[in-house]
Amino acid sequence: MKTDLLSLARHLRPRHLLLALIFGAGAWATVLRFTRGLGASTNLSDQFPWGIWIGFDVLCGVMLAAGGFSLMAAVHIFHAERFQPIVRPALLTAFLGYLLVVFALFFDLGRGDRIWHPLIMWNPHSVMFEVGWCVMLYTTVLALEFAPIVFEKLRLERPQRWLRALSLPIVIAGVILSTLHQSSLGSLYLIMYGKLHPLWYSPLLPVFFFLSALVIGMAMTIVESSLSARNLGHSLKTPLIVDLGRIMTVLLAMYAVLRAQDLYHRGAWREAFRWGYESSFFWLEIMLALLLPFVLLSFRRVRKSANGLYLVSVLIVAGFITNRLNVAITGMEASAGVRYVPKWTEVAVTISIVAAGILIFAWATKHLHIFHEEPAAAAAHLGAVPAAHAAD
Amino acid sequence: MKALLYDATLCIGCKQCEQACASENHLAYDDKVAAQETTSAYKYTAVVQRGEAYMRRICMHCEDPTCASVCPVGALTKTALGPVTYDGDKCMGCRYCMAACPFGVPKYEWDKLDPRVRKCSLCEKRVSAGGVTACTEACPTAATKFGDRDALLAEAHERIKAEPGKYQPVVFGEHEVGGTSVLMLSGAPFATFDMRTSFNEELPILTYRVLSRIPDFVGLGTVLLAGTWWITKRREEVAAAEEKEKTHED
Repeated sequence: MKTDLLSLARHLRPRHLLLALIFGAGAWATVLRFTRGLGASTNLSDQFPWGIWIGFDVLCGVMLAAGGFSLMAAVHIFHAERFQPIVRPALLTAFLGYLLVVFALFFDLGRGDRIWHPLIMWNPHSVMFEVGWCVMLYTTVLALEFAPIVFEKLRLERPQRWLRALSLPIVIAGVILSTLHQSSLGSLYLIMYGKLHPLWYSPLLPVFFFLSALVIGMAMTIVESSLSARNLGHSLKTPLIVDLGRIMTVLLAMYAVLRAQDLYHRGAWREAFRWGYESSFFWLEIMLALLLPFVLLSFRRVRKSANGLYLVSVLIVAGFITNRLNVAITGMEASAGVRYVPKWTEVAVTISIVAAGILIFAWATKHLHIFHEEPAAAAAHLGAVPAAHAAD
Repeated sequence: MKALLYDATLCIGCKQCEQACASENHLAYDDKVAAQETTSAYKYTAVVQRGEAYMRRICMHCEDPTCASVCPVGALTKTALGPVTYDGDKCMGCRYCMAACPFGVPKYEWDKLDPRVRKCSLCEKRVSAGGVTACTEACPTAATKFGDRDALLAEAHERIKAEPGKYQPVVFGEHEVGGTSVLMLSGAPFATFDMRTSFNEELPILTYRVLSRIPDFVGLGTVLLAGTWWITKRREEVAAAEEKEKTHED
């Protein structure tokens, strides 16, 4: 026993201590949340009922999971087969992302035990009702899309064949549900007319949310491929990353033009040049999501290199996280009449969920056939066609 | 449709309405609660004082309520009689009603493990039995009046016409967010109390415009995606066949 502990201590690294610290705080915050209630464990109030558990865990969580549906569509509907090797990491991110969003909802909902209520209590006039149904249905779709990767590991042939037969309807359902869901997170705020700051309130919110989700889907895939190439030692498919970067740049340009037109037509651009709390967060968002990326992308060297695209993608992801937080928090503070700064408990829960996501992702890439090359030979040897390949 | 008419020029700030509301809803009421000028899960109506002027804070019971529109489980309902009611057994605590209400009305039991949304119900039980609200009954100066909306609205306009110098020229709640079942008259500008007049759009239409298109989108989207799949697959087959033919010729 003693030697076990000693060898354990010898294997401890600073990152283990950091993780222990994060999960310790997260566990303590969880205890507070479920024994003392929302009031004691958050800085939410009657004036400010939605904080980072909605703004980050849900809005950003769903956005960061957007790579799954766009790459599934690219490969299985548009038959852009060359993206095949990065479909699986994107799918893993999506599945994990949605599971964590649902998990996070139990913290934010006042009565998490009733999370199933929208199943039988319908109000189709509510965007939240639609969001609820999309989360449930799309998580199911993602489970079905991800299942072949697990079945393949377990060498279950028959269920793989069933899913293969159903793959086209599943992929189509996934794309439709994602489109609805990504945009409806923006639609949630359409009714906050007069409450959400004009720099962010727009009738085009659903379009902005959808378009930026597509961009983030690409950006996250680039980030993950680069990170796991570094940490897991498999080779990076640079030409693929460059192709992905191209699509991302076009989508981002569309977003930028649409956003500028919208600000102009609503006369809200004046707000951007009025120095203040909202405008500084607005420029932070624009700087990270649009200005810096476009400056960097104007260099051929950046556009053509995996490292350059990795840097650009990180900026874009940070920029759109800022965008979602601006919609959910910065833009709502003035009308609420209060400043909202999350309590440590809220932050601890959120960071723990992010850390858990990263750990599970790393674990899954080690034990499942996620990144293409290495175990492919072994799989072929067993006669198991990678299901994503066989889906069409 | 029933409604409440509050005439702030008649209000003397005695807070009898607050007290009556508290006892009707079994809420604790003491000097400390009386001093609060905001509503909460433990106080459904509040009398606000700005200088010499008074104003009541209360759920406006909108004709087309934003809260009822956004609630995913239909816990909030506009009844035919006028009150907007809440069913705590359905609510899952998403607090979208709180985030969306243009008047900031719904309040939450933040200190509870099974929290509910709390707000004025326009004494729905009393009203559906043919009675008047507790606050109306308690008001010593008839500043708060209960009755048919049309009649109260007409009366409000008559009061303004009779003494135009005394009143602001609008009945708050006649058109705001499409009309409400609480009507308010004031001597002081409504802006004094952070109340936005001429805020006339019904909010639920903003999201419904998008939501109502979903079934069409699903149908069209499915066909479009399946069609794209079909065409790109065909293109690939043709390319493969041509490739095969080419190698054959060689």
